[in-house]
Amino acid sequence: MTSLNVLVAVCLCYVVLLFGVAFAADRWASTSRSTWLRSPLVYTLSLSIYCTAWTFYGAVGYAARSGLEFVTIYLGPTLVMIGWWWGLRKLVRVGRSQRVTSVADLISSRYGKSNTLAVCVTILAVIGVTPYISLQLQSITLSFNIFAEADPGESYVEQSSAFWVAAGLAVFAILFGTRNLDTNERHHGVVIAIAIEAVVKLIALLAVGIFVVWGIAGGAVDTLARIDASAIGQWQVNHGRWATITFLAAAAFLCLPRMFQVMVVENDDERHLRTAAWAFPLYLFLMSLFVVPIAVVGLEILPEGSNPDLFVLTIPLGQGQEMLAMLSFLGGFSSATSMVIVAAMALSTMVSNHIVMPIWLSAKGGGASVSGDVRSVVMYARRVSIAVVLGLGYFYYRMSGGGAALASIGLIAFAGIAQILPAMVGGLFWRGATRTGALVGLTVGFVLWLFTLLLPGMGPEVLAPSVLEQGLFGLSWLRPQALFGIEGLDPMVHSVMWSMSLNAAAFCIVSLLSFPSPLERLQGAQFVNVFEHSAGPRGWTGSVAQSEDLMIMSQRIMGAREAQEFFQAEAAAQGSRAFLPEPTPVFLERLERELAGSVGAATAHAMIGQIVGGSSVSVEDLLAVADESAQLLEYSSRLEAKSAELGRTARKLRDANEKLTQISLQKDAFLSQISHELRTPMTSIRAFSEILRDTDGLERVDITRYAAIIHDEALRLTRLLDDLLDLSVLENGQVTLNLGQGMLADILDRAASTVLTGTPKPLRIRRNSGSEQVVLQTDLDRLTQVFINLISNAQKYCDAADPTLTVSVHDVGGRVVVDLLDNGSGVPADAQKMIFEKFARVGADKAGGAGLGLAICREIMQRLGGDITYLPGQGGGAFRVSLPLGLEIAAQ
Amino acid sequence: MTGGRERDPAQMQPPPVFLERQSYRRRRLMDAARLLPILGAALFAVPLLWPNAGEGGVRMSVAITYVFGVWAALILISAGFGIAARMVQPGDQAEAERKP
Repeated sequence: MTSLNVLVAVCLCYVVLLFGVAFAADRWASTSRSTWLRSPLVYTLSLSIYCTAWTFYGAVGYAARSGLEFVTIYLGPTLVMIGWWWGLRKLVRVGRSQRVTSVADLISSRYGKSNTLAVCVTILAVIGVTPYISLQLQSITLSFNIFAEADPGESYVEQSSAFWVAAGLAVFAILFGTRNLDTNERHHGVVIAIAIEAVVKLIALLAVGIFVVWGIAGGAVDTLARIDASAIGQWQVNHGRWATITFLAAAAFLCLPRMFQVMVVENDDERHLRTAAWAFPLYLFLMSLFVVPIAVVGLEILPEGSNPDLFVLTIPLGQGQEMLAMLSFLGGFSSATSMVIVAAMALSTMVSNHIVMPIWLSAKGGGASVSGDVRSVVMYARRVSIAVVLGLGYFYYRMSGGGAALASIGLIAFAGIAQILPAMVGGLFWRGATRTGALVGLTVGFVLWLFTLLLPGMGPEVLAPSVLEQGLFGLSWLRPQALFGIEGLDPMVHSVMWSMSLNAAAFCIVSLLSFPSPLERLQGAQFVNVFEHSAGPRGWTGSVAQSEDLMIMSQRIMGAREAQEFFQAEAAAQGSRAFLPEPTPVFLERLERELAGSVGAATAHAMIGQIVGGSSVSVEDLLAVADESAQLLEYSSRLEAKSAELGRTARKLRDANEKLTQISLQKDAFLSQISHELRTPMTSIRAFSEILRDTDGLERVDITRYAAIIHDEALRLTRLLDDLLDLSVLENGQVTLNLGQGMLADILDRAASTVLTGTPKPLRIRRNSGSEQVVLQTDLDRLTQVFINLISNAQKYCDAADPTLTVSVHDVGGRVVVDLLDNGSGVPADAQKMIFEKFARVGADKAGGAGLGLAICREIMQRLGGDITYLPGQGGGAFRVSLPLGLEIAAQ
Repeated sequence: MTGGRERDPAQMQPPPVFLERQSYRRRRLMDAARLLPILGAALFAVPLLWPNAGEGGVRMSVAITYVFGVWAALILISAGFGIAARMVQPGDQAEAERKP
């Protein structure tokens, strides 16, 4: 018989071994970058803290009582793991990118770093997990009991053993959970220890199972036959419970603080999930494979009335397998200790970060920069929290008397913790989820769970039987297990259905109705779109932040060396050689994340807020930012307008320049032309006058002919000089207008006859005499001159075989418009701009004009208050003369 | 302000409509992996259709075989996905993460 002393000694040795491994792993993790500490296998095994003593021992009892229903506890997590691509991957990514330290921190961080929410989740977690911890204590004590009963020589006190177990676990958790205040909140030592315990409990359960199936039952086939013949030989489950517990287990798997700790916080590499996706379900599969055989064989061979929860221990003991019993005991011990340690660590993180630290900070008032060592405060808070949590567990165990009431607490705890699920899932996938919504949903779910499940489950001392039967305040629709008159449901199904549905409904409705704060919206976008952008929101405006204060504070939280390294790296990243970086928003944001790894998002936010002067994102800030950008927009649009204007001006200048260049060229051309023009008549005048002077005996006829030539050439010169003079006078505005009244038709008649009289080249002029009956008050001679010019141009330049000029007259907006359109090829496009300029001539070789005609016409028309333009695209040369009807002569 | 902010040129390019064969396979593999838990939930719900103990009840051994069989199948398929994913995308994590 194994004596109790031997058992205790084995336990202690086992614990010492774990200590050693954990210590070595911590040392190893800090010195080398060994990869096996961070391997997917270790990650998978660490997830096995899901299997607590409740599942190690309790699953068999559960199976003995309710058949296959126990398996739902494992099916939920299996589905979650297999479906990691849906949600788990995102959860882990968010947890890593936001440096989330606990499930409360996740919720708080998502909903605008709200500490209220964090406190709520923490309280919920403490209430939900404490009974669970006492359940582990109970299981260890019970297993001690079994050995004590078998060893009557020892005096054994159950209560004190529970106390010592609790104390020992607290010491272990404190030693390894709070040894270092890592910014990543990872505990390699603890994780390795848990992985070893996971292997131990798996081997233990498998060993017992193999012993039962092949050692007692006589093989797999015989075992199945025995199962069919047993009391649980037929498929019988409560359908509601089957579905509900599967769901609950899945939800709890995600929301339990200890699961969150190992799954998200301790996760080193997202890719480990890929392995865990099949390896963890395999672990669960193996853990539950022999549960039913053990239960059936236990029911068969053990005496009536023995506790099925302890079949795993009592079967080997009953068969005299001391070593197997010892192994089995160690398996149960491992399950209990690993769960308690991680749960206590996770809870202590939550309590210290979300309850102790905020209180301490507000009590200090002056700010983290001037107070004592925050680091040690956090450490003490954690250590005390672990002790308190375990103390609570112990007292709950004492209070409940360790009876059967405790056994059902596992599922009740699951249902309580699952209340976090709507806020968590909503926060990860729905940007519209708000803080208020999460708060209301959590509260509704928590209250309903308390009222419908936890309190009724605690026995008549807590909730009077009258309330259970007649409802709260005697209202029958407020009966805890038949809410709103729905009776006949399993209490668990009833409670989960009401609490989860109303929780989710309240969460959604209030989220839809409320409006999130700016920080909430920023965080929401970060969480929901974590795969799109991992950059943080610009939460801080660091203008008033003091780098030195920040440094002092960070040293106290992160440790002097780490903080200095971090600050120096940041300064280097900013490209400065100084030791302290500028408090840019980017830096502040990174610092906040670093700090959040140690003390949680809400606290880190508050601490930086104290130093930076509370200049976190407020509506005012956002408005200011919006204002600023609006100003920038306005400024930029003004700039754009200016630049467009500049562009226009530049274009005009370019045009002008081009024109000037052309004019200059033309002037040069004209000068040579005019010299030529002047020179030709001069040459003939000189030649003929010399002939007249020097030649004797000229015929009379010849003299007359030569004199006529001289006269003609002199006239041509005069005309040229007249034109030049005319233009110069017109341009200088020195012209005197000789105003008179006349019909447009008469003017056109005069002009046409002047041009066409005695010309060899015929030009047909088509006119509409009806429309030409317009009385004009203008300088008639000048106007005639314009028309003469235009008509003679047409006559000279129209290159059609049968030149025709169409004159049409319109009245456009009180002005007379005369269009003169010929059927020639018109003015080439590149010349159109220039034809009204002085000296401009289209095709210099064509005719003998000096290029002044149209320039004079334009000057005249402008003097007369009208205008002359070229009409492009009319199928020929087309000029439009417009002039006022009345006396609107341009001012002189 | 329009266009004033600097952007990653890679970001500016619209994602291609047609993927390479390998990327296409990878995405369909992810689709399958996503469907697996739904399949699992459906299969685990099948026992709810069985009659409870009594006349024509299902024997426990059958129930155990079914539940554990489905469970093992899910684990195998899931492991298969893990291996297949590793073979289809050697080291190419970024692409897989960007968009399913």
